[in-house]
Amino acid sequence: MSTTTDSALAAPARSNGSAPSGSVRSARNTAPAVKTRNARNPRSSRTRISRTRGGRLLISSILPLAILLVWQIASTSGLVSVAQLPSPEMVYLAGVDLIQRGLLGPFIGISLQRVLIGFTIGAALGLVFGAIVGLAKVWEQFFGSTFGAIRAVPSLAWVPLLLLWLKIGEESKLTLIAIGAFFPVYTTVAAALRHVDRQLVEAGRAFGLSGVALFRTIQLPAVLPAVISGLRLALAQAWLFLVAAELLASSAGLGFLLLDSQNNGRTDRVILAIILLAIFGKTTDALLSLFEKWAVRRWA
Amino acid sequence: MKNTAFEVQFEGVGRTFAVPRNSRTSRAANTALGNAANAEPREVLSDITITVAPGELVAILGTSGCGKSTLLRIAAGLDTGYVGDVSIDGTPVFGIDARCAFAFQEPRLLPWRTMEKNVALGLPRGFDKVAGAQRVAELLALVGLSASAHLRPREVSGGMAQRASLARALARNPGVLLLDEPFGALDALTRIKMQDLLLEIHAAAPTTILLVTHDVDEALQLADRVVLLGRMPGQPGSTITELVTVPGNRPRDRGNAELAEIRAHLLEGLGIDRHVH
Ligand SMILES: Nc1ncnc2c1ncn2[C@@H]1O[C@H](COP(=O)(O)OP(=O)(O)OP(=O)(O)O)[C@@H](O)[C@H]1O
Ligand SMILES: [Mg+2]
Repeated sequence: MSTTTDSALAAPARSNGSAPSGSVRSARNTAPAVKTRNARNPRSSRTRISRTRGGRLLISSILPLAILLVWQIASTSGLVSVAQLPSPEMVYLAGVDLIQRGLLGPFIGISLQRVLIGFTIGAALGLVFGAIVGLAKVWEQFFGSTFGAIRAVPSLAWVPLLLLWLKIGEESKLTLIAIGAFFPVYTTVAAALRHVDRQLVEAGRAFGLSGVALFRTIQLPAVLPAVISGLRLALAQAWLFLVAAELLASSAGLGFLLLDSQNNGRTDRVILAIILLAIFGKTTDALLSLFEKWAVRRWA
Repeated sequence: MKNTAFEVQFEGVGRTFAVPRNSRTSRAANTALGNAANAEPREVLSDITITVAPGELVAILGTSGCGKSTLLRIAAGLDTGYVGDVSIDGTPVFGIDARCAFAFQEPRLLPWRTMEKNVALGLPRGFDKVAGAQRVAELLALVGLSASAHLRPREVSGGMAQRASLARALARNPGVLLLDEPFGALDALTRIKMQDLLLEIHAAAPTTILLVTHDVDEALQLADRVVLLGRMPGQPGSTITELVTVPGNRPRDRGNAELAEIRAHLLEGLGIDRHVH
């Protein structure tokens, strides 16, 4: 995608049907070519730095670097005690130490596994029930208020019950995470299906579509973008519920690392765990957002 | 191309839009229509009786809101809340009728599909893939959209979308073609081209056509018969107030004195119930 060369960019962008999206995309990929392009084509002088790939990377990395810098200064200048705020280097070393002990890999592994399995189960159920409730009024009446009430229960309230029922094993954590992932998908899918343009559905029916064919041809493409943003919300919820589950009852995972380090006064490890959660949360979300971009381009 | 054309028969057809008390959505719809909480059942069509012969082209005229679209929807089986009998080719309409093809008043194209794929939606179920692609290409060429085959609906003009919608209906090769103001969004020149196209298609493969229009001249140019929907004194809903057989073969001379007389008559008919609604 990003292999666009300068000469390709200079070619007329409006040659065929794909012109509008094509021209936007080429404008984004102009990082190294901004100057020459501006010189040749006065219109592209409006290409802002925020539109180029390198520019976007630059802008989005300013704040993290600034935070790192402030952190470094604050922790090494004696402004804050090292016990309260270890330096970036100490956090890094804590990470290396945990890796050498063979703990960090398995902790990350088990947390990722829990999130992915819990998310998959919850999101799949959310898709199914969201579709049922969104497509048929009867099922909305049947499930709607009950699910609404369950949704209103704060997540942590489930923990004691799940522990009693499922003990401290994997099932209780996966269930909690699945509950967390279920609702964003369920609500967005149901709402999106209810709001599919009725005229389009009627047109589909008029041209002989019904049942599964109608769903595949009209409703599914119409709600796909909404479904994907529901999935992204659900993924964020899954990470949230993961930490909740691991904080309360576990012997491994990033949440456990947080709790254990807090008990031992290891601020460096607490910060390490937080940073890892941020990185993995952001990475999994970025993967879904790639999928979203593809789906929106394909369907919307 | 198979040369099918079906008879369409309306027998005492009426339609009243009820206001279900416990339905949130219909109450919202009514508020949107301007008659709020105290809305009562409203009779829109009453006692429509007409038999359209196979291959006949009947134009339906009437003021805005008189129930023209509703009548077409009933014929297509999209509206089932009517009274009376509707039959196509002698058998009653029950549910969505596969013998009809509908070009809606709005283009109703799927936004995520190209023009080409949208037109392909109209092809009869199980149509051969290669032959289907060819037929779609032909139709796009007929309505002048070949160059736009790969555009999405949001990338084309309103008139182009409307032509695609017409092509989609034609793709069905239907026994009954229901056209709801198919040329409404077109400029004068394109409009005449599309009217000619419709007549060509009709001559080549005669299907029965019900054509809703606001335009008296269009009705007189295209139709074998013209139906005027309007209100009779003492009747709440619209019914057939005029049924005119248009004299002469197409293409008709716009200056023809007889046509001018019919035209004036129909225009007068359209004006009469302007106070209603
Ligand atoms: N689903 C509905 N619920 C309630 N009333 C409706 C519904 N559909 C149509 N109506 C009413 O029926 C009447 C006729 O509507 P219709 O769409 O058939 O008019 P039309 O003759 O096609 O008008 P236009 O020329 O403006 O398209 C309108 O007054 C409208 O308010
Ligand atoms: Mg109408």
